[in-house]
Amino acid sequence: MSEFFAQFAVPHPSTLIYIAMASIVLGSIALVAIVTYFKLWGYLWREWITTVDHKKIGIMYLITALVMLFRGGVDAVMMRLQLAVPENGFLDAQHYNEVFTTHGVVMILFMAMPFITFFFNFLVPLQIGARDVAFPRLNNLAFWLFFMGMGLFNISFIVGGSPDAGWTSYFPLADNEFSTSVGTNYYMLALQIAGLGTLMTGINFITTIFKMRAPGMTLFKMPMFTWSALIANLIIVFAFPVLTVALAMGTMDRLWDTKFFAIGDGGMDMLWANLFWVWGHPEVYILILPAFGIFSEVISTFARRNLYGYTSMVWSLIVISVFSFAVWTHHFFTMGQGAFTNSIFSITTMAIAIPTGVKIFNWLFTLYKGKIVITTPMLYAMHFIPLFTLGGVTGVMLAMSAADYQYHNTMFLVAHFHNVIIPGVVYAMLAGLTFYWPKMFGFMLNERLGKATVWVMSFGFVLSFIPMYITGLDGQARRMYTYSEASGFSTLNMVSFVGAGIMSISFLMLVWNIWYSFKNSPRDIGSDPWDARGLEWATHTPIPHYNFAITPDVTDSTSEAFWDAKKNGTKLFKGEIQDIHMPNNSGQTFILSIFFFIGGFALVFSMFTLAIISLIGILACMGYRSLEDDHGYHIHKEEVELIEKKYDKEGGAK
Amino acid sequence: MKVNMKGTLLSFMGLGAILLAGCNDKLAVLDPKGPQAQRQADDTMLLIYLMSGIVLTVLAILVFMLFKYRASKQSPDYEPPHIHGHWLVETFMIGIPVIIVIFLSFVSVKSNYIVENVPQEYEDQEPLVIYASSSNWKWHFSYPEQGIETVNYLYIPAGRAIEFKLYSYGPITSFWIPQLGGQKYAMADMVTTLHLAADNPGEFWGRNANFSGRGTAENIFDVTALTQTEFDEWVSDVHETAAPLTEEKFDELLEPGHLGKQTYTGTHLEFSPAPEHNHDESSEEEVEEDHSSH
Repeated sequence: MSEFFAQFAVPHPSTLIYIAMASIVLGSIALVAIVTYFKLWGYLWREWITTVDHKKIGIMYLITALVMLFRGGVDAVMMRLQLAVPENGFLDAQHYNEVFTTHGVVMILFMAMPFITFFFNFLVPLQIGARDVAFPRLNNLAFWLFFMGMGLFNISFIVGGSPDAGWTSYFPLADNEFSTSVGTNYYMLALQIAGLGTLMTGINFITTIFKMRAPGMTLFKMPMFTWSALIANLIIVFAFPVLTVALAMGTMDRLWDTKFFAIGDGGMDMLWANLFWVWGHPEVYILILPAFGIFSEVISTFARRNLYGYTSMVWSLIVISVFSFAVWTHHFFTMGQGAFTNSIFSITTMAIAIPTGVKIFNWLFTLYKGKIVITTPMLYAMHFIPLFTLGGVTGVMLAMSAADYQYHNTMFLVAHFHNVIIPGVVYAMLAGLTFYWPKMFGFMLNERLGKATVWVMSFGFVLSFIPMYITGLDGQARRMYTYSEASGFSTLNMVSFVGAGIMSISFLMLVWNIWYSFKNSPRDIGSDPWDARGLEWATHTPIPHYNFAITPDVTDSTSEAFWDAKKNGTKLFKGEIQDIHMPNNSGQTFILSIFFFIGGFALVFSMFTLAIISLIGILACMGYRSLEDDHGYHIHKEEVELIEKKYDKEGGAK
Repeated sequence: MKVNMKGTLLSFMGLGAILLAGCNDKLAVLDPKGPQAQRQADDTMLLIYLMSGIVLTVLAILVFMLFKYRASKQSPDYEPPHIHGHWLVETFMIGIPVIIVIFLSFVSVKSNYIVENVPQEYEDQEPLVIYASSSNWKWHFSYPEQGIETVNYLYIPAGRAIEFKLYSYGPITSFWIPQLGGQKYAMADMVTTLHLAADNPGEFWGRNANFSGRGTAENIFDVTALTQTEFDEWVSDVHETAAPLTEEKFDELLEPGHLGKQTYTGTHLEFSPAPEHNHDESSEEEVEEDHSSH
């Protein structure tokens, strides 16, 4: 019995881990107590857990992303604190390795991915004038699978040990021989489960965008964010199966001692590197393209002008998506593949700078002859342009394969990818969050606090990451938990730590802004507070669950249907209110996901009986679903009219 | 807003100053002591200038647009026009990046063939072959020609090309001596080749740059470039004083952990050969190398 429980113990305990354990346990108890005290279980189940409403699913993704942003951010500050002075004893090597591994995985897969998926969910159906996604129940299942993957990954922190082989988890380091705790099992299985959810999201949104656009909305009339979502989801559908296969092989190597990637018996460690980056490189474009979409919406709104070069914007998205699959080898230029192969991948990698440059210039020319208003989202976008350009050009430096021999695996690389992901993805997400906040919650975030947040964040960002370019060129390798006084890295690392501290203050300012605005912001803001341009603003606030009482018709409009309606008086809603068909909520998807969670947990600890039981549970859920008749329900015309009348009386715009 | 934009501009100028100050001869990568590192440093400086130019251009256009077209400067009834794009502007927008990428592609391909081959200045003599293998968390250097093996330090003759044969007894590591040239991976199932040379005698440091578990941070070694005469003296010294490397001793050295500098006569290649010919990939690798050395 004690042996059974011993396997769940953390192999490298420390005070910090005990504090985390205690806070997680106390936090969970508090949460359960609050929900029970206020009798919210029924409400949560009916309105959120079983929901098929794309807007609510989106908000659940958003909450997950924000919580994970905090969790990954704490990891980041711990790392910078450890490196602030030479030979620091705050974290030992093992703990540091676990922290940077989970920081990478959490930020990419459990913070950035749900954040963009929140935007897919919340915005895409609204932007194309649809009432929901193509497969609403699949959408709920995708969220819960993602959520269970996230949960499974995070409990590794307190049950059995965290993964410690880097977010890239290169073999043979990630094999049993060198990573002895169950941490990497968690990595393999949690990413697998979350990845299945992401793949479902991809299929769902491609179908939604191709099949459910409003009448008159040709592909080249789609708003730019929807275009970026389409392309990102196409990349998901092509890239994620590779991850699925690689993780399955890695799982087998770890659980059943197969030799796909292990040393000896024909195992090939570079095969893992290839498979990982065939998924991993397109993955960064899955993140950045929707971010470009958000910036396009924000910049054209606050320059009060249409997006410059719409067609070249679209084509650059398409070209980037194709190129993203042709550059993965640049992640291991130094793996001894010879001058010829390196030259090919050096050129394809640099070529991505061309369509990306086109986008930067399009945004700049969108400002031309505009009437620029600097709001918080716009300020994020204006900081994004120069900072992201800096990240982009250092990317070109890394793409020079011969010179990359000197930058590879150094802090220069770390500086580069944070320099594209933070101003690119994180700023876009926060800009979009501020921009769409009133549409979601019916009040604006405070502008003064918002703008101050952007300035503090950028200041902290520059201070954190610019020093890393320099220490990288001075020979500071990445992922090293300490360095000597003699190396001369200490001053710049201290600057970097101060920068990290300032960045965390900016995130606290964001949290404070949400609380402050919730308390103080006026609620009578109408449904178009920014004077915006896309169809998503043609809805009421709050958005009724059927989105549009009458399906919009954009035959006479450009890609900015709502703007055309406001300025040229084009009619968006032609026809009469009719009965609306809506999908039913479902609890099965949640139960199915719980079985996935239990199965994943069982496999992490090689408890095969439990794994088989949960597999039977999964199959039973799927069997039940396939025999079930569920035709959804209708909201009757009279009811819709009643709801619409209420909005009209309260001054909600159309 | 005006003040803010000036602030941005100033902070970016400050940033540029920091970067340029960083580009003095103190940064390891920009303080090359051998031909390969020299090429990489030259490329790096070229890139820093070119890339700064691009960032400053973008920043200048952005600042101009923000000053010229901000709402507070315009009449309240100004309506921005609807502009689709202009063929000439878009041609420039695509054309200039294309030209830059083509130029850099030429530089990149040329550099690739330079760093992947014996340094040009030293082509007339046979390179000195050194096998560098890593184990958790040490470096083993075998000199088959001299019949010597060292742990965690490297003596090389200056003014002569060195051909490192890299492999690993464990996770992937990366062999890196910044001042002599960029890194390359050492893996368990194949041998990779790295060409370096030191122009003059001197002392440098090298490390494993790729994360390979708990002891990676201390996985470092010292490099000393000697004159050919000093190097020959060192070799004969070692033969007189050092103990021979036995298979038993070597297995002991492979145990995970850190060690100080050690010296042996003989090499582990005799009883534990490098994974050069027991893998399908290695033969392909050699074909490619032959191809690239023209």
